[in-house]
Amino acid sequence: MTMASSRQIELAREAGKRIHHFHGGLRLRHNKKISCLDPVERPPLPEVLVVPLLQHAGDIAEPLVHVGDTVLKGQPIGLCQPCAAVHSPVSGMVEAIEDRPMSHPSGQKGPCVVISPDGKEQWIELKPLSNWLDADPDSLITQIQSCGLAGLGGAVFPTHAKMREGRNRKTHTLILNGVECEPYISCDEMLMREQPDKIILGARVLRRVLGAEHVVIAIEDQMGSVQRSLTGSAEFADSENISVVKVPKIYPEGGERQLVQVLTGLEVPAGGRPSDLGLMCQNVATAAAVAEAITEGKPLIERYITVTGNGISHPRNYLALFGTPVSHLVECCGGYTGDVARLVVGGPMMGYPLESDSAPVVKASNCVLALSDQDIAAPQPEMPCIRCGECARVCPAMLLPQQLHLQIRNELWKPLEEYGLSECIECGCCDFVCPSHIPLVDWFRYGKGELRKQALESEAVEVARKRFEDREARLLRIKQERAQKMARRKQVLKDKTAQQERIQASIQRAENRSRSKPEGQSKGARDDT
Amino acid sequence: MMLSILILTALGLVFGLGLGWAALRFHVDSDPVVERIDALLPQTQCGQCGYPGCRPYAEAISAEEADINQCPPGGEAGIRALADLLGREPKPLNPENGEETSKTVVLIDESRCIGCTLCIQACPVDAIVGAAKLMHTVIKSECTGCDLCLPPCPVDCIDIVEVDTRLPRWHRPRPQAIPLRVL
Repeated sequence: MTMASSRQIELAREAGKRIHHFHGGLRLRHNKKISCLDPVERPPLPEVLVVPLLQHAGDIAEPLVHVGDTVLKGQPIGLCQPCAAVHSPVSGMVEAIEDRPMSHPSGQKGPCVVISPDGKEQWIELKPLSNWLDADPDSLITQIQSCGLAGLGGAVFPTHAKMREGRNRKTHTLILNGVECEPYISCDEMLMREQPDKIILGARVLRRVLGAEHVVIAIEDQMGSVQRSLTGSAEFADSENISVVKVPKIYPEGGERQLVQVLTGLEVPAGGRPSDLGLMCQNVATAAAVAEAITEGKPLIERYITVTGNGISHPRNYLALFGTPVSHLVECCGGYTGDVARLVVGGPMMGYPLESDSAPVVKASNCVLALSDQDIAAPQPEMPCIRCGECARVCPAMLLPQQLHLQIRNELWKPLEEYGLSECIECGCCDFVCPSHIPLVDWFRYGKGELRKQALESEAVEVARKRFEDREARLLRIKQERAQKMARRKQVLKDKTAQQERIQASIQRAENRSRSKPEGQSKGARDDT
Repeated sequence: MMLSILILTALGLVFGLGLGWAALRFHVDSDPVVERIDALLPQTQCGQCGYPGCRPYAEAISAEEADINQCPPGGEAGIRALADLLGREPKPLNPENGEETSKTVVLIDESRCIGCTLCIQACPVDAIVGAAKLMHTVIKSECTGCDLCLPPCPVDCIDIVEVDTRLPRWHRPRPQAIPLRVL
């Protein structure tokens, strides 16, 4: 594990006092305004909700319900011990548990719980920790886990695991990430405008769990109304050591590492995490969900989601239940405009295309983007790399994308680690500027997957080697033991014969003696007479 | 003349003794080349190379009794790695030993299993559990896909299945190039 020096930790404590810069990045057109005009509402209930059992980093959750069961709103329906639980977003009946499209970059189908709502919206009995200020931090973490919380910024890493690590690593500053740097997405901005109290309450809960001192809420410098709403909230007036910091608008500033660099001037060490510097980043939406989980006992069943793009008639933000089909949200927005070319989940830089709009909203979906023909360039044929170095100039992780690309293409896996492939945040800046139209990020994702697969395989190889050697050793031991046993038995048998011989010999002697004695006695007797 | 002969003889003696001492002092029991070859082999222990396991094959390669192209599970990549290590020319896989296939595991159809334990005895990595006259099953995560359990099974209840590459084991495929249109 990489360790930061005490000087670096001192500097990290100053987070947010001065604004620094990170390498590379792009200035992109924001396109956020179109979806920020209406206040956020809940859409009407869809006819059926499809809740995938894989919504976070980790394994597929085990279903806890059966087909035909009635479920209540907020009832756990999927359990995954080390990762986050999945809850029913509505009260209703389980119609099916089957493989359905599940809004994942792979486009694969996966196990989903299909629930038809009964419209009663009957909640399960909620167990809030209203006395959270006195509660033990471990019980807060347990509550966060049982409410199924995962990072809502897009990585969906289970929140309880991240908090537990942060608690063990002496975190001094909590950074709330409200920098929504990707174009079009505005769900975090709307959340900060409409629910500032929840965010700040969540920040205080998280700070208590971590034992941290400061909270820095980072927002973009163009979000004036957001700053007013956050600092003007009642909760903000009651809390100390919470500051709202504006950072310049450069993509990908919302990346964890880039944000840390902007706020502290320090780089998160390669292979390390912000917790090495005593920092922890959480998305603002995660903080709001934490507040709901602790003070109301509500599990994570809905999120703010932006439905936008030139392909949508009336772009806006919704507070949508997980499992709501994307098509339902689009309908609520007045449908498509007619010239939709591509449907993307996430932003235009890091999002992935959706094959069908029947896929559901999941914990990771922050945006549904319907791009029209004029938004996307026609697919360009890939040309050879001309080594212009433009990709290295914009790379926020200071990597050499052209070098990584050549190595992956030629399957030279060994040097990739040295060249820091694992440090790539897949922001897409290199893709965006490449004059040869090389899909660099696709190559990096493929390379990362391949390295992961190779690591798993070499682990399996080691296990197989060990099991084979153990088996050989066992067979040899059994053989030796059997040989020893045989030898012992032979010995015993031999001993037995020897003993028999000895017995025979003594019998013989006794017989000889008794045979000779009577003769002597009779002799003596004769003498007597 | 005499002096130079003496000096050279003395030098020869000194270095000879030094080398002799070093050979005793730094003596290595096992052949390190065998270890390094073994590390490159896939450890399926399938015996397709004609040797009873990966380690014996590694020993045979190191003794130059076996060629480097006899391991089908290792495939072309394995042969390339071996060629790199031993400084030889890579060559195509010997078809006599088999063909390179995608990774598989075996699955026991438990309703047909009679509990004869023959497959348990055949498995080189102890990946089958069961007892006499009781149902057997394969520990999927430990199975190397060597298929050595297939021939001894008297009721043919073992099937070969592809390894599951669906979520969450899925990973991104190699990007496909958009073909260049010549005008």
